Amino acid sequence: MSKDEQNKQAQTAKNSEASVTDNPWERLRAFTDARIGLGRAGISIPTKHSLAFQLAHAKAQDAVHTPLSFENISTDLNALKEVSDLGTLALNSQAKNRQEYLQRPDFGRLLNDPSCELLNQDQGNKNIDYDLAIVVVDGLSAFAIEQNAAPFLAELLPRLGAREALSESWNIAPICIVEQGRVAIGDHIGTLLNAKSVLVLIGERPGLSSPDSMGLYLTWSPKLNLTDASRNCISNIRQAGMGYSEAAQKATYLLNEARIKKLSGVQLKDRSEDESFLEAETKKPA
Amino acid sequence: MNKGRYSFHHSVGSKTYHFNDLKELMAKATPARSGDRLAGLAASNAEERVVAQMVLAEVPLKRFLEDTLIPYEDDEITRLIIDEHNKAAFEPISHLTVGDFRNWLLSDLASTEMLTTIRSGITPEMAAAVSKIMRNQDLILVSKTCQVSTAFRNTIGLPGHLSTRLQPNHPTDDLTGIAASILDGLLYANGDAVIGINPATDNVTQTRRLLDMTNELIESYEIPTQSCVLTHVTNTIEAIEKNAPVDLVFQSIGGTQATNDSFGFNLSTLAEAHDAALSLNRGTIGNNVMYFETGQGSSLSANAHHMVDQQTCEARAYAVARKFNPLLVNTVVGFIGPEYLYDGKEIIRAGLEDHFCGKLLGVPMGCDVCYTNHADADQNDMDNLLTLLGVAGCNFIMGIPGSDDIMLNYQTTSFHDALYARRAMGLRPAPEFEAWLHKLEIANDHNSFSLNSHVPALFNDSIKRLAGS
Repeated sequence: MSKDEQNKQAQTAKNSEASVTDNPWERLRAFTDARIGLGRAGISIPTKHSLAFQLAHAKAQDAVHTPLSFENISTDLNALKEVSDLGTLALNSQAKNRQEYLQRPDFGRLLNDPSCELLNQDQGNKNIDYDLAIVVVDGLSAFAIEQNAAPFLAELLPRLGAREALSESWNIAPICIVEQGRVAIGDHIGTLLNAKSVLVLIGERPGLSSPDSMGLYLTWSPKLNLTDASRNCISNIRQAGMGYSEAAQKATYLLNEARIKKLSGVQLKDRSEDESFLEAETKKPA
Repeated sequence: MNKGRYSFHHSVGSKTYHFNDLKELMAKATPARSGDRLAGLAASNAEERVVAQMVLAEVPLKRFLEDTLIPYEDDEITRLIIDEHNKAAFEPISHLTVGDFRNWLLSDLASTEMLTTIRSGITPEMAAAVSKIMRNQDLILVSKTCQVSTAFRNTIGLPGHLSTRLQPNHPTDDLTGIAASILDGLLYANGDAVIGINPATDNVTQTRRLLDMTNELIESYEIPTQSCVLTHVTNTIEAIEKNAPVDLVFQSIGGTQATNDSFGFNLSTLAEAHDAALSLNRGTIGNNVMYFETGQGSSLSANAHHMVDQQTCEARAYAVARKFNPLLVNTVVGFIGPEYLYDGKEIIRAGLEDHFCGKLLGVPMGCDVCYTNHADADQNDMDNLLTLLGVAGCNFIMGIPGSDDIMLNYQTTSFHDALYARRAMGLRPAPEFEAWLHKLEIANDHNSFSLNSHVPALFNDSIKRLAGS
C-alpha cells in the first residue's frame, strides 16, 4: 500500500460518520414509537442509540426500586381540599422489602397486622357504611403514583360530589396509601373498611418509554380472593398517556354504573367501552 | 395408571433426606428459581437440592411411565403422553436410569440419527428429569446434536441456521406503524421464521385486518416467509371460516389440562384448528401450520400446576406441541416476571432447559430471549443467553426494532441482535429467505453477514409511499 493510500485509509477510519450507516427510513418514526431506523455500526446498534436504550432501562429500573415517599405523597394529596376533609392512612402490605415484594406476589395482596389494626380502629370509631374506598398503592412504580395520583384525584373527587350532601354523592373512606402493595390489596382494605366498592390507583409495570404509568382498578363488593375478572381496569394514565380528565371521566362512569348494577368486572366491561357514550360525555359542557 | 407410589430416602452423614413421591423429588432436584419457591416446592437448602438430584439420578426411566406425576384420569395431557408413548422408540434407552440417560445423551452413541429415532419414546417427564441433573454446557451440547427442521414457505431449523420472528407490534395496531416496523425488520434481514403480530385489540375483525395487510406484503414482495396474528385459537378458526388468509394458527399452550382450560381451549380445539389450517393448503414447500408459545410459570400462575415444579409443567407443554407438527414453538422465557424467574441467571438457565427439552422431544424450538423491567436482568444477560442458544442450535429468536416492544412493554432481541448472532457464530437465515435477501440486494455477502449500504429500489418506493400516507 502506498503512503497516499495509507493516509487515505487512516482519514476514512477517523471519520466517525463513515462507521455509522444511517437509515433513510428513519423518518417513518413519525408513525410509530418503535425504535426503527436506528442505523448501524457494521451490523450493530450505534453508540447514540445503545446509550439511549440504557438510559430508558435505567429509568424503568429506578422506577421499580425507588421506594414510595409517604411524606411526599401525603403532602401532595392533602393539598387537595377533598382529600384533607377525608384524611389519609399509611398502610403496609406483608412484603417487608422490594426483593420480597417481587418474589412473593401473595404477600403484596394482604395488609400486615398493624395496618389491619389501623383500619379496624377506623371502622370501630366511625361505624360508617362507606360507598367507596380509594387506595393509592406503589405497585411496580412509586414514581407513577407520586407523579399522577394527586392530579388524578383532583379531577375525580369533585365529580363524585364528595363535598356535597347530595343523595348521589359518594361517602368515601379516608384515602389509604399503601407501600409494597399489589392490586388485590384493595380488596383486603375494602373488606376491613366495610366499603361497598374500592378504587385502586397503582403504579404499573414500567415500560422502557413509560416508567410513570398509573393504572386504576375498580371492584364492586370487594372481598378476598377475587380475580381480575371481577375488576374493571383503566390503564396508562400519565402525562404522555391518558389524561387525568379523561381517566376521571371513565372512572366516574364505571363507578356510577357499578353502583347501579351492583357489580364490576367482565359484566360491566362492554358498556364502559361504549365509545359513543364516552364521546357524548366529552361533548357535554363542563 | 399411577400403579406404583414410591417414596425416596437418602442419607448424607448422619442426616437422612426423605422425599414423599416422584413429583416432590423432581421439584426439589430443580435448579433454584423463584417460581418453585413461590409454590412452596423448592428444596429448602442447597444440600437438599443436590441430594434430590443424586436420588433422581437413580430413578429408572421406566418408572415415569408408571408413576405419572399428574394422574392419567385427571388430565388429558397425561393421557396424551401415555397413550402416544412409542415403546419401540423407547427400547434403546429403556434400561437406563436418569443418571445413565445423561451419560448416554453425552456419549458418542447419541448421534443425530439416534436422537431422532428415540424421540417419540421419550416423555416430557423423562426429558425434564435428565435436564435437572445436567449443567448448562450439557444442555447446549445435546441440543446441538438434536435436529428438528420444519417447513411452510421456507425451511427452518437446518443445522447452522438461525431464523427470526419479525415482531412489529404497535400499541394501537396502527397499520402504518406496523408496516414501518416490518420494513425496518426486512431491511435488517429479519423475518424468515414468521412475520408475527401480537394484536393490541384481540378480536376477529382486527385479526382479519392485520392478516390482509401482511398477506399483501408477502405476496407483493414475494417474500419466502409466512405471517401470523397471535390471537386466540378460536378467533383464528373463525377467521379461516371467513376466508381470511391464515398461514399459521397461533396459541399459547401449557402443560396441564387445567392450564389450557384457563387459556380457553383443549386438545380438540387445537385439532380442529390444525385441520382447518391444513385445508387452506397455503404452504409451498411444507405443511407445518401451527405456532405455539410456552413459558415456565404459566401453570402455577393459573393455579393449575398440581404441585408439579414449573420446569416439568413446561416440558409437558411440548407434548401438546409435538402432537400438532408445529412450524414454530418458542418459550417466552423472561416475560412472566421475577416471581417465576428472578434474575438473569434463572432466565438463562430456564431458556437452555426449555430449548433442550423441546429439541429432545422433537419440537422445533425457538426462544423469546427476553426480560421485563421488574426482573433483575439486562441486555448483557440477553446477549449471554442469545449466544448460548446460538451455539446450542436454537431454531429461531424474536426480532424487534431496538429490543423495545412498545405494545407488550418488555425487551427482547433486536433485528441487530440477530445479525450479531449470525456474524459471530456463522449462522445463516433460512436458505429460501437468504436467496431472497440477495435477490433484492438487502444482504451483500454469504459468509460474514453484512448488509448493503444503499436501500434497494423496490423498498425506496414503499418508504416514500408510507412516508406520504
